Amino acid sequence: MTLKRYVATRLITMFGVLMITLLITIALVGSNMDSILKQGVVFQVRSEITENPAIAESFSSVDEFELFIQTQIEQRIKILGLDEPWYSPQRIGLTMYKILFLDFGHATFLTSDSGSSDVKEIIVEKLPRTILLFTTATIIISVIGIFLGTLAGSKVGSILDRITSSFAIISSSFPVWWIGMLMIFVFSFVYHIFPARATPLIPSSDPSYIGSLLYHMTLPLITIVIIGFGSWAYLVRNFIVGIMQEDFIIAKKTMGINQKKIIYTHALKNAAPPIVTILALSLSGSLGGAIITEAVFDWPGMGRLYFEAITVMDLPVIIGATYVLTVFFLISIFVADLLYGYFDPRVRTG
Amino acid sequence: MSSITPQEIKAEFLKSKIGITGIAILSILIFTSIIVIVVIPVDTFKEWNNPGNWISYPKVAIPVWINLFLSEKIPEHKILNTPNVNYDVSEDTSITSHQFGVNFDYGDFPNDFIYEFSAKYSETPLLQMDVIRPDGIQLKLLSTSLPYSDSNSIHSERIFSTDNAIRKNLYLQSDKFLFPINNLSAEDIIFSKTENHEPLKGNYIFLIKMYGSNSENQISESRLIIGGKAFGIMGTDELRRDLAVGLLWGTPLALFIGLVVAITSVIMGLLYGVYAGYRGKKTDETMMRFNDVIYALPALPFLIILSVTISNSIFVMIGFLMIFGWVGIAKVARSMALQIKIRGYVEAANMMGQKDSKIVLRHILPQLLPYAFASIAISVPAAITTEAGLSFLGLGDPSFPTWGQILHDANVYGAAARGLWWWIMPPGVMIAITGLAFVFIGNALDAIVNPKLKR
Repeated sequence: MTLKRYVATRLITMFGVLMITLLITIALVGSNMDSILKQGVVFQVRSEITENPAIAESFSSVDEFELFIQTQIEQRIKILGLDEPWYSPQRIGLTMYKILFLDFGHATFLTSDSGSSDVKEIIVEKLPRTILLFTTATIIISVIGIFLGTLAGSKVGSILDRITSSFAIISSSFPVWWIGMLMIFVFSFVYHIFPARATPLIPSSDPSYIGSLLYHMTLPLITIVIIGFGSWAYLVRNFIVGIMQEDFIIAKKTMGINQKKIIYTHALKNAAPPIVTILALSLSGSLGGAIITEAVFDWPGMGRLYFEAITVMDLPVIIGATYVLTVFFLISIFVADLLYGYFDPRVRTG
Repeated sequence: MSSITPQEIKAEFLKSKIGITGIAILSILIFTSIIVIVVIPVDTFKEWNNPGNWISYPKVAIPVWINLFLSEKIPEHKILNTPNVNYDVSEDTSITSHQFGVNFDYGDFPNDFIYEFSAKYSETPLLQMDVIRPDGIQLKLLSTSLPYSDSNSIHSERIFSTDNAIRKNLYLQSDKFLFPINNLSAEDIIFSKTENHEPLKGNYIFLIKMYGSNSENQISESRLIIGGKAFGIMGTDELRRDLAVGLLWGTPLALFIGLVVAITSVIMGLLYGVYAGYRGKKTDETMMRFNDVIYALPALPFLIILSVTISNSIFVMIGFLMIFGWVGIAKVARSMALQIKIRGYVEAANMMGQKDSKIVLRHILPQLLPYAFASIAISVPAAITTEAGLSFLGLGDPSFPTWGQILHDANVYGAAARGLWWWIMPPGVMIAITGLAFVFIGNALDAIVNPKLKR
C-alpha cells in the first residue's frame, strides 16, 4: 500500500466516523429536538395572534377561532417539514447536510457573550479560549516531559529517574478536576493569589481583556501541567531507554562518542516519531477532558459551553459542540495516523 | 513473546515491590468493602438522599479528630440516647425524671440543643426542664403542660433551644449573670460563665421531669442533641449526611464499577481482536474498520449525551463505559493473534482439522492471558475516574453515594469557597488510592509480561 492510498483510506474512515457520530447524536436527541421545535411553532403562532387582536375579533365562536389556530400551526409544521418524524430519511439527510456545513441553527437558551444566539457564533467565540488554554498546557507539558524524560532515561535507576517514574504513576491516578478543586481551595480561598472563577469579569471588548484572561488562565494551566507532565516524562523515558539498547547506539558508545551527544542527537532523533504522534493524540485527548476541567475552573471555553448546554438541554448547542469536538478529535487522530504511517512504513502495510 | 507459565508470573510478581504494595492496598479496599456490606445496613445508603434520615445530624460539621490537634476544642455534636431514668410514684402523683450528663470542655458555644421525646400519659402532665451547671447554678429552662389526653395516648414532641419559653425563663434568671444576656441565644447563656460571656467547661446535667397524676405516665423515648460543629470521623455535609457512610459505601461501588467495566471490556476486546486476527483477510479488514470507528468516537461527549438522553442509572452507565473500553485492547490482541497464529502448533492444529473456535479458545487465548490481566488492572482506574467525572458533572446516578457524587455535591454547595476541606479531600484521595492500587498491580504485571508488541 502506498502512502497515498494509506492517506485515502484513513480519510474515508474518518469521514465515515464523522457521519456516524452525527447520526448517533441526532438519533439520541432527535425526538426531544422535534418536540422543542413544534412547541416553538405553537408559541410563535399564538404570539402572532395575540399581537394582532383584529384576527381574534373576526371570528364569531371560540371553536372556530381554535380551529383556525390549529390549521395555522399544522400548516407551519408542514412547511418546516416537521410533520414527518425526525427519523425519516429526508429530514435526517437535511439535518446532517446542514450540520456538515456548520449550520447549527439557533440556541434555545444559551447566548454568546455578545448576545447572539446563533450556535455557530457562540462556538466561534468559545473555541479559541479552549485552544488557547489546552494548547498552551500541552506545549508546556511536552517540553517539560521531553526534557525530564530524556534526563531520566539517560540515567536509568538514578534518583531522578525513580522520582520521575513514581511521580508519573501517582499523578496519573488523580482526576485532574479534583486537583483543580484543591488548587482553587488552596490558591483562591486560603491564599488569595489567583481568582477562583476563570471567567474574567470585564467585557471582552475591553483592551485589558486579554491580560485579564491570561491571569485567570494561570490556575487551570498550572493544574493541567502538574497532572500531565509526569506521564509524558515517563513515556519519553521509556522510548529513550528502549533506543539506548539498540545496536547502533551501542556501536556509537564503543566508538567513544560522549553520552550526552548520543542522547541528544541520535537517541532523541529516533524517539521523535512516537513522541510527535503522541503529541497529536494528547492534544485531541485534552479537548475531550476539557469538559470537566473547564466546568471546575469555570473557564469560558467549549467544555463549559458543552456542560451548560447539557444542563439546560439546549439541543442545537449540544449537536453543534459535539460536531466541532468530534471534528477536532478526528483531525488530530488523522494527523497522528499520518505521522505514524510516515515515520513507520510497516504500519502502511499492516 | 515467550510463553510464561502462571507459576513464573506469580514468582516474578511476588518479587516486585510495587506489585505487592498494590495487592496490599487492594486487599485493604476489598476488606473494607466486605465490612461495609456486612456492617452498614443497605438501608442507610438507600436513605442517602432522604433528608429525614439525617435530621439529628449537624450541618457541615468538621471531623471530630481535628480536636486532637487544637488547644481550644471545637464543640462536638452530641446525640444522647441513654438518660438516667428515675420513677417516683406516690399516692396521687408520679414523677418521671430523665437525666442527661454532658461533659462540655470546648472553646466555643454549641450551636443549639434539641430535646426529642415521646411520652405516654393521661390528663395533662407537667414537663419541666432544668440544667445543673458545673458551678452548681441550676437554671430553669422550661415548664410547660403537655396537651390534654383522656386515654393513655402517646405524644411526641421536639423542644428546640430557640423556643421562646426557654428564652423568657432564662431572662427571668438574668440576675445570676454579671453581664447583660438579653440578646443572647439560649445555648449561649446556659453554657456561659457568669462573670463574662465565655464558655464554662465542665459537667452539665440536663434534667427533665414529668409530673402527672397517673402512675402509668412514662417517657418512652428521650433524646437530647447538643448541636456542635464537629461530628463523626469524616464530618458531615451541607445536607447533614454523615460523610463516613458515603465514603465507606463508595468503596464497594467504585470497585464494582471498575472491575465489571474492566473485566468485561478486556474479555470483549480480547475475543474480538483474536477472532479478527485469526480469521484474517476480509473479516479482519471489516472488523478493524469497525474498531477504528469506535476508536475515533470522542468518548466523554458521547458518554454525557448518552447519560442525559437514555438513562443515568449506574448499570446503564457501566454498559456505556464498556462500549468505549474494549477498542484499544482489541487492537493489541489482534496483532498478538497475528503472531501466534503462524506458530507451528496452531498450524498443526489447523491441519488436523480442529474447529476455529477450539483453536482460538484452546491455543491462542491462553497465550494472551497474562496480557489480559495486566490490561484489566490498567483499565480499572480509567473506569473509576470516568464514572467519578460523570458523577461530578451531575450526570451520575444520584441514588448511589459514589465518590464522584459526593464531590459533585461539594462543588454545588461551594465547599472550596467555604473551606470545607473534609468534604473535598477524602473522596478524591479515595479515588486516587483505588486507582493507584490497580496501577501498581498493572505496572508490575506489565513489566513481567512485557508485551513488546504493544506499540
